[in-house]
Amino acid sequence: MTSIDTPDRRLDGNALAGPLLELFTIDLSAAMATCVHCDGTAPLGEQQLYADAPALVLRCRDCTGVLLRYSADSHSTGIATVRADLSGLRLLVAHVPAAGASR
Amino acid sequence: MSWARAVVRATCPESAGAVRLVLEVDGWSGHVAGQHVDLRLTAEDGYTAWRSYSIASAPQQPLVSLVVQGVDGGEVSPYLISDVQEGDVLELRGPIGGHFVWRAALGGPVQLIAGGSGVVPFLSMLEHHRLAGSDAEVRLLYALRNPQDVLGTGVLGQVGPRVQVTYAYSRSAPPGWQGPTGRLDAGVLAEHVCGPAAAPQTFVCGPTGFVEAVAGALVQLGHVPTSIKTERYGDAA
Repeated sequence: MTSIDTPDRRLDGNALAGPLLELFTIDLSAAMATCVHCDGTAPLGEQQLYADAPALVLRCRDCTGVLLRYSADSHSTGIATVRADLSGLRLLVAHVPAAGASR
Repeated sequence: MSWARAVVRATCPESAGAVRLVLEVDGWSGHVAGQHVDLRLTAEDGYTAWRSYSIASAPQQPLVSLVVQGVDGGEVSPYLISDVQEGDVLELRGPIGGHFVWRAALGGPVQLIAGGSGVVPFLSMLEHHRLAGSDAEVRLLYALRNPQDVLGTGVLGQVGPRVQVTYAYSRSAPPGWQGPTGRLDAGVLAEHVCGPAAAPQTFVCGPTGFVEAVAGALVQLGHVPTSIKTERYGDAA
């Protein structure tokens, strides 16, 4: 993949996994995401990402309803402000190492 | 995950419109074939832009290779193709991705379907397959416009006996070409990919329209939707 570089990029949730690592400690591309609008469920990486809105907008691949909006503005102070609207996700299921387990 | 420093150790042409960047990344933890990285560029005025690039090299290789395909009017790729030189330092975040990945331990059969530079993560998978001595059956169907657009000739030229590579040309084919041409419709797919009875793990990567057309046709042919993993890199303007 060389992600397309022009101003109208419709990608998928695989490309959202990097930015989400600013907020979450695990890679969420394989996490199962259930849409609040239609109950459709698919891996986050398979959902549709609109990468050039003012925020990154993830839409349901089944009904195109908004699952998640995400933005990060970095400031000269070295602090970034992250905004995440997760209201379109009914459920997110991820498999993570159990607490105390060696990886 | 924070941004790491990546030193460009080599840059070389991969095709007429693409370059390979070989990177040494600070604190690199290793990757799984199919994963990508994000590269971030910062302008003098502080404006930043990031793009995702699949890793072309195998996990067994010490340096990280990316293949960057030029995009007309792009914000990031023209710089990476024309301006970056050996010794330059880039900002990189990764490896990223837990979905569109293949390890030799997962076995086969594996069906890979690439459109254009969507072949890059498959170069990593095929090189990983070879270096791991995997006996998994792998097929690659590689759709490209013209013969001179091919990426990864080094890897694709030395695949083992369990790997089959089929090219499909949509614009111009080599003289005497007997293989598939035109778009990958259900007919071409039925003839050239593992059928649903073999229950392959299928990976499709390329432009968004290509990926969605191919994935839709595969489902029509009877493949189970959850057996198909996709990665879209956008539509050409």
